Amino acid sequence: MIDLLIAILSTIGALAIFFASLGILRMPDFYLRLSVTVKAATLGVGLLLLCAAILFPDISVTTKAFAIIFFLIITSPIAAHMIGRAAYFTGTPLWKETIIDELSGKYDKETHELKNECQTDDPISVEKEQIADSEDETK
Amino acid sequence: MTLETYFDYFILPILTISVLLVFIRLIKGPRVVDRVIALDLIITIGIGIITIFTIRSNQKVFLDVAIILALIAFLGTVAFSFYIEKQEDD
Repeated sequence: MIDLLIAILSTIGALAIFFASLGILRMPDFYLRLSVTVKAATLGVGLLLLCAAILFPDISVTTKAFAIIFFLIITSPIAAHMIGRAAYFTGTPLWKETIIDELSGKYDKETHELKNECQTDDPISVEKEQIADSEDETK
Repeated sequence: MTLETYFDYFILPILTISVLLVFIRLIKGPRVVDRVIALDLIITIGIGIITIFTIRSNQKVFLDVAIILALIAFLGTVAFSFYIEKQEDD
C-alpha cells in the first residue's frame, strides 16, 4: 500500500521535473522559460523529498526533508523575481508575439525605481520597445 | 516489480535526461540570464537526484548535502542577478 503511494508520488515528481526541463529548452522567450522553471521544478523536487520523508521511519530524515521543502518554497520565488528584474533592466527582449508589455516605460532606468504612472505622451520618456523583432533574437 | 527497480529504471533515467536537456540550454542560451536560470535548475534537479540516491542507498547523511545545495542555488542566483543589475549602471 505504501509502496503504491511512493510510486505515484515519485512518478508525478519526476514527470514535473521532466516537463520543466522540456520547457526551459523549448520555450521561445526568457520570461516564459523562467515561469515554467520555477513552479514545475519546485513541485517536482518537493514531491521527491516527500517520498523520502514517508519512506524513512526516522524522525530526523522527515525533519530534514520538510526543512528543504520549506526552504525551496520560500526562496525560489525570490530568486526568480530578482533574476527576472535584472533581465528586464539589461534589455532582454520579449517574445515576438507578445501582445502587451505592461512595464514598458514605467521603470526609471537610472534609479531602478517604479514610476507612479506611465507617461507615454512625453516623447522623451518613451522607451525603446523590448519586444523582439524576429524569432531568432530570443531563441 | 519492486520499488527499488522502479527507482533504478524509471525515476533516475528521467532525472538524468532532464539534466541533459537543461545542459543544452546552459550551453546555447543567448544571454547570461538564460544560463543563470539553467544553472539554478540543474542544481534543483540535483537535489532530487540526491534524494532518490538517499532512498536507494539507505544513507540518510546525504540529505545534508541537499540542504547545502539548496542554499548555494539560492545565493548563487541572487548574487548573479545583483551583479548583472549593477553591470548596467556603467
